[in-house]
Amino acid sequence: MEYRLQTPLTKDKLKGLHAGDQVLISGEIYTARDAAHGRLKELLEAGKSLPIDLENLTVYYAGPTPAPPGTPVGSIGPTTAGRMDAYTPALLEQGMTAMIGKGARSPEVMEAIRRSGAVYFGCIGGAGALAARCIEKSELVAWEDLGSEAIRKLTVRNFPVTVLACGDENLYELGKSNYLASLRSQAESKA
Amino acid sequence: MRSLDVKEITKAVAHLSIETNRYLSPDMEQAFQKAKKQEPWPLARDTLDKIEENIQAAQDMGLAICQDTGMACVFLEIGQDVHLTGGSLQDAVNEGVRQGYTQGYLRKSVVADPIRRGNTGDNTPAVLYMDIVPGNRVKVSVAPKGFGSENMSRIAMLKPAQGQQGVEDFIFETAKLAGPNPCPPMVLGVGIGGTFERCALLAKKALLRSVDSSNSDPFYGKMEQRLLERINELGTGPAGYGGKTTALAVLIETFPTHIAGLPVAVNVSCHVTRHGSVEL
Repeated sequence: MEYRLQTPLTKDKLKGLHAGDQVLISGEIYTARDAAHGRLKELLEAGKSLPIDLENLTVYYAGPTPAPPGTPVGSIGPTTAGRMDAYTPALLEQGMTAMIGKGARSPEVMEAIRRSGAVYFGCIGGAGALAARCIEKSELVAWEDLGSEAIRKLTVRNFPVTVLACGDENLYELGKSNYLASLRSQAESKA
Repeated sequence: MRSLDVKEITKAVAHLSIETNRYLSPDMEQAFQKAKKQEPWPLARDTLDKIEENIQAAQDMGLAICQDTGMACVFLEIGQDVHLTGGSLQDAVNEGVRQGYTQGYLRKSVVADPIRRGNTGDNTPAVLYMDIVPGNRVKVSVAPKGFGSENMSRIAMLKPAQGQQGVEDFIFETAKLAGPNPCPPMVLGVGIGGTFERCALLAKKALLRSVDSSNSDPFYGKMEQRLLERINELGTGPAGYGGKTTALAVLIETFPTHIAGLPVAVNVSCHVTRHGSVEL
């Protein structure tokens, strides 16, 4: 199925999505990757306030290339989400509802997704220019010293993502098993 | 003795850093065409289309194909009849990386210390390998390497008794374990033999080869083909969304090894496997 969703991605809006659904996201999403997650964790543990509000937050695991003059952002595909697994359950508990990245998540994160009603979206790893086409504006929010790893607020229009995980569903398992099943049924019909 | 100013090497490294990150080499583009023809799964064909669309978009927009513009792996083959002048060769290579990554709006992805971190701000230092070869030319190759795939690479010191089967199983297992993480369709650079570190370097150097090439020894050429077919039965598919096209190529390089050893290394690379060379 194909959907269009406007941020903030509240759990109400995310309800009913299934692994493999195509979604065009418009609105505001925030970049954060390894180093920014490390700092968010330190602040959370120290009970200090964060530079971003986690309530209904959509995080994009991405570190862009520098923006050429006259453009909002450079190449900006997703990074491997699994490196953020250690930090993710705590952020989901604090109200984050959506993540955009690529690659497999840990059993703990999959369980936290199931429990919280959050959704893990994916876009094609390496497709940094396609992603950049959907970004209208990029503003630095925190930690400029982290360079490409700083937290940025991106204003996106029709940013194309695929549902990778929600509830008990996992596209990486489903996609593979559906394809392999199609090969088996083809072989059977030939036999 | 021919003299060559190291400034020429700086220029070549800067130029190749930008070119390889913006334009995919023709061998990779042809591999996509071939894979699409052989891909029976519609969703996978669609994903391959998007990957190709991204390559075109990067060209049109003057952007890097992928935001992970990598650590700059630089390989120099230096003719033994060349006298390099004008300063330190290592500094010249790093200056090339600095210029290329700054002028080309490429991402600075290198931290100064593996544990204490801290971005160096200009993507230096390069990972530099040099070979002295006959002749009076210098061949400069740049292969920016992203870490989504680098992180899925593995090395094993197998026992000689594990033989060919052990080697093939280890390579296959590496592809399976990598799953969706390394941005499939992958290219696998494989090193077999040598010592621990030579084996890993062979795997890295294999990724410089054209993806439509095969090992000149038919024994290994067939092994590359057999492994590619086996890996493309995994079902991982482009982006890991399912399908046949899990890998575009398996490239094997070998070296003699010790009576007690059978090292094998797999350097996993992504669908934006970048390599480019110039001769000076």
